[in-house]
Amino acid sequence: MQVLSSRNVRLLSRGRNEVLAGRSGTQRHGGDPRTRSLTCPPMSSSSSPGRKMSENGIMSRAKVLTIDTMNPTVKKVEYAVRGPIVQRAVELERELSEGMKKPFAEVIKANIGDAHAMGQQPITFFRQVLALCSYPELLSDSTFPEDAKSRACRILQSCGGNSMGAYSASQGIDSVRQDVARYIERRDGGVACDPDNIYLTTGASDGIVTMLKLLVCGEGTTRTGVMIPIPQYPLYSAALAELGAVQIDYFLNEEKCWSLDITELQRAVNEARQYCNPRALCIINPGNPTGQVQSRQCIEDVIRFAAKERLFLMADEVYQDNVYAEGCQFHSFKKVLFEMGPEYAETVELASFHSTSKCYMGECGFRGGYMEIINMDDEVKDQLTKLLSVRLCPPVPGQALMDLVVNPPQPGEPSYGSFIKERTATLSALAEKAKLTEQVLNTVQGISCNPVQGAMYSFPRITIPEKAVKEATEKGQQPDMFYCMKMLEETGICLVPGSGFGQKDGTYHFRMTILPPTDKLKILLNKVKEFHQRFTQQYS
Amino acid sequence: LKSQRLNGISHRGRVLTLDSMNPNVKRVEYAVRGPIVQRAVQIEKELKEGVKKPFTEVIKANIGDAHAMGQKPITFFRQVLALCSYPALLEDSKFPEDAKKRAQRILEACGGHSIGAYSTSQGIECIRQDVARYIEKRDGGIPSNPDNIYLSTGASDAIVTILKLLVCGEGRDRTGVMISIPQYPLYSAALADLGAVQINYYLDEDNCWSLNITELRRALNAAREHCNPRVLCIINPGNPTGQVQSRQCIEDVIRFAKEEHLFLMADEVYQDNVYAEGCQFHSFKKVLFEMGPEYSNTVEMASFHSTSKCYMGECGFRGGYMEVINLDPEVKAQLIKLVSVRLCPPVPGQALLDLVVNPPQPDEPSYATFMKERTAVLSTLAEKARLTEQIFNTVPGITCNPVQGAMYTFPGITLPQKAIDKAKELGLVPDMFYCMRLLEEDGICLVPGSGFGQREGTYHFRMTILPPTDKLKVVLQKIREFHLRFTQEFS
Repeated sequence: MQVLSSRNVRLLSRGRNEVLAGRSGTQRHGGDPRTRSLTCPPMSSSSSPGRKMSENGIMSRAKVLTIDTMNPTVKKVEYAVRGPIVQRAVELERELSEGMKKPFAEVIKANIGDAHAMGQQPITFFRQVLALCSYPELLSDSTFPEDAKSRACRILQSCGGNSMGAYSASQGIDSVRQDVARYIERRDGGVACDPDNIYLTTGASDGIVTMLKLLVCGEGTTRTGVMIPIPQYPLYSAALAELGAVQIDYFLNEEKCWSLDITELQRAVNEARQYCNPRALCIINPGNPTGQVQSRQCIEDVIRFAAKERLFLMADEVYQDNVYAEGCQFHSFKKVLFEMGPEYAETVELASFHSTSKCYMGECGFRGGYMEIINMDDEVKDQLTKLLSVRLCPPVPGQALMDLVVNPPQPGEPSYGSFIKERTATLSALAEKAKLTEQVLNTVQGISCNPVQGAMYSFPRITIPEKAVKEATEKGQQPDMFYCMKMLEETGICLVPGSGFGQKDGTYHFRMTILPPTDKLKILLNKVKEFHQRFTQQYS
Repeated sequence: LKSQRLNGISHRGRVLTLDSMNPNVKRVEYAVRGPIVQRAVQIEKELKEGVKKPFTEVIKANIGDAHAMGQKPITFFRQVLALCSYPALLEDSKFPEDAKKRAQRILEACGGHSIGAYSTSQGIECIRQDVARYIEKRDGGIPSNPDNIYLSTGASDAIVTILKLLVCGEGRDRTGVMISIPQYPLYSAALADLGAVQINYYLDEDNCWSLNITELRRALNAAREHCNPRVLCIINPGNPTGQVQSRQCIEDVIRFAKEEHLFLMADEVYQDNVYAEGCQFHSFKKVLFEMGPEYSNTVEMASFHSTSKCYMGECGFRGGYMEVINLDPEVKAQLIKLVSVRLCPPVPGQALLDLVVNPPQPDEPSYATFMKERTAVLSTLAEKARLTEQIFNTVPGITCNPVQGAMYTFPGITLPQKAIDKAKELGLVPDMFYCMRLLEEDGICLVPGSGFGQREGTYHFRMTILPPTDKLKVVLQKIREFHLRFTQEFS
């Protein structure tokens, strides 16, 4: 590893770099002049063009805004899920459509959890209601079921001027927030939920970034530190880089099915206290990219840890309906927190996030989502509402969709049968694909894959021969980036290298969605298998 | 608060409190949805619960929200959106062919032919092409490159993103951003959030809120003492001030930006909202290119547009775009990376934007209806703009510039000294006191001028001209009576 100089190595070993880099979050990447983002071209001397004096004596350069004069925290942002490999995939697609010959006929984008793009059909009821809300003249159309119409009427009545085109309240439409609260109560076996604690958002990402923004303060050793799992979903590292917060890595245990270990949390927080002020703990359950589902016991331990160490808990629960493995069950942090009694339920500060983009609906394009906040200080709540008001409101069609997700057709309603059928079909196909992926990948020598207990991804470990590591290093690439790029060029399969999510030094992975239709997924897994064998042979 | 120590860590109160939160967020202010609007919402609730008030409904003239004020959506737009949402309707003979064709084209550009798929982070490619063609038509043929178009979550999102790219440096090197006063408070809010330095330049109220280069220069020179001015923001047509800039003025601004090495941000979301005789919208892009390569090859600019205003008023969909000109290619790569973290703008909003830039054409079946609806909205707005100015100017103590464009009037109001004193006693800004009283007495929700910035010692409010004409007349009459009553009470 020591021979590698590219930026992603720094991501992996960030915990160490924090200490080395003067213990300042904002200085984190400052040391190594060779450090280079993979997504931006290298700085060349042409980006600092010659200066000239203008008539009035002001130093004038060719451009106001250059790579050298832009926001330095933005430069540190990385988001591998849509990084260089995806840009190359888009290029390849264009080349194919222009008739260029490739060893494959189509690019398969298994880089992102985008169910509809992979052919999953939307839930009929949801789309009927959205059509009715978009064009209310359809309310007099007899081909639409009555429950879809009554749902649409209810949504429209809570919109300004009965139109989805009006701004909503910044926190989201009242009646939708009420429905969300009732949904959470049902999910959590009756634990109370106050609609005032619900904030609708533009996808879950928006809620997560907003909460992190509220939390970040201090300078130097008092700068806010945020604990995130490694491997992580890179929204977290990207948001922390942009906010100039300190990223505190805690490693999930790959040998134990990517489980979370309190000893490791303790190690991470203790080390971090030397150079920053750890204030938040982020948990992704079910895990992205790692697919583990946390046990109830583990969640209790995490909550106890957060209470003891005075950490604000952020629970990313967007995959809450995506649980496939036998014996696994989704437990919300909220529910467990309240079952632990008032000592915890009345003190631990928690924000939990959900979205319309995942689960059985996969409606990513609508950017719907919500967060629920627990035990938040009232004054901070006012500040949160104010902050959200600047962006006016989350997209109203996404709010409408969120309403349908939390309040789907009920038994006795005309759409119930087909809704349940569609929902079940999607979820059981996903469960089958989760098993299939694990099985096939584990037959490949040099690939080992934990069970995909939940979520939508497999994150197998791959053995990369020393020669390949060397060649990648010579090219200034991460070994797993080198591997994924080669796979893309040879097979048209677009995966995301493990380095984009973070991994233990010297280990390599990739993230692959399990979303392609079963037939296609089989072909894809087979191609991955063949590629891996070819690659291993070529470099041994 | 008791402090207890556990593991050597101090345990006191909550993790996140007003004292321990992001200080930049605390500095953010956004009057358009500030305390007065919160009170308006409370009053609405009270009315519902049967509390007696001197009025029966709250009229929210605080925000440019056309549909909430009863404006009907454009039929064609909503037909296409329904078709995109539920493609089974493509078989339905009730929908016109052009709507179906448009929906099919949008769906074909979506992953899996669904608006439920993520789009590319920069926005759907064919929509960016349509936006580029729209800009070319608007600007008399000046080329627009789809690669320079970024779709956004409303215009606000794009404005904040560009500001975010621009902010750097510490102390005297900290980026300064010039904004008009009065301004749309998104700008001051974003600058506070980003910790950038706000540089105020004042619009000339006596000359119909026009922009004056001498004032720009004064503001810039003063700012150079304490920060590094790098950006100049222009809102044209003006919000909250309603002025429409002349071509000459835009040329002068561009020359100034070039001379002073400033990045130009042109907020042009009201580009179709121009009402006054002799006024015309000129885009900064067009003027820039007409000034020749010396300018068009060098001046860096971002221009913003949205689906929320103009004749469509589709605020809830959060559609918008920006066009960047002369942006450094390396910075562009950084911009694409930055927007990718948020995955993509809402796809229904992107679809709607596509319809705005590519509406029904003369030979298509929906053309006539579309034109009828569009013209009706715009001519009503023009009428309401005139009406508002006329009525306000009959009130002693209110002076109102012509509403040349946009959707607001921003009249100056004379407040008696006693009212100013009373406000101070209550710890309120005088025009906030005035607007709160108006809300409590008449149920009319306006935004005090202090939320937008104004010259010291002057007072204003912002009111939208969006209520239906009949209702607007009532509102104007009520404000007139209130103002007279208020003036009398405090003299």
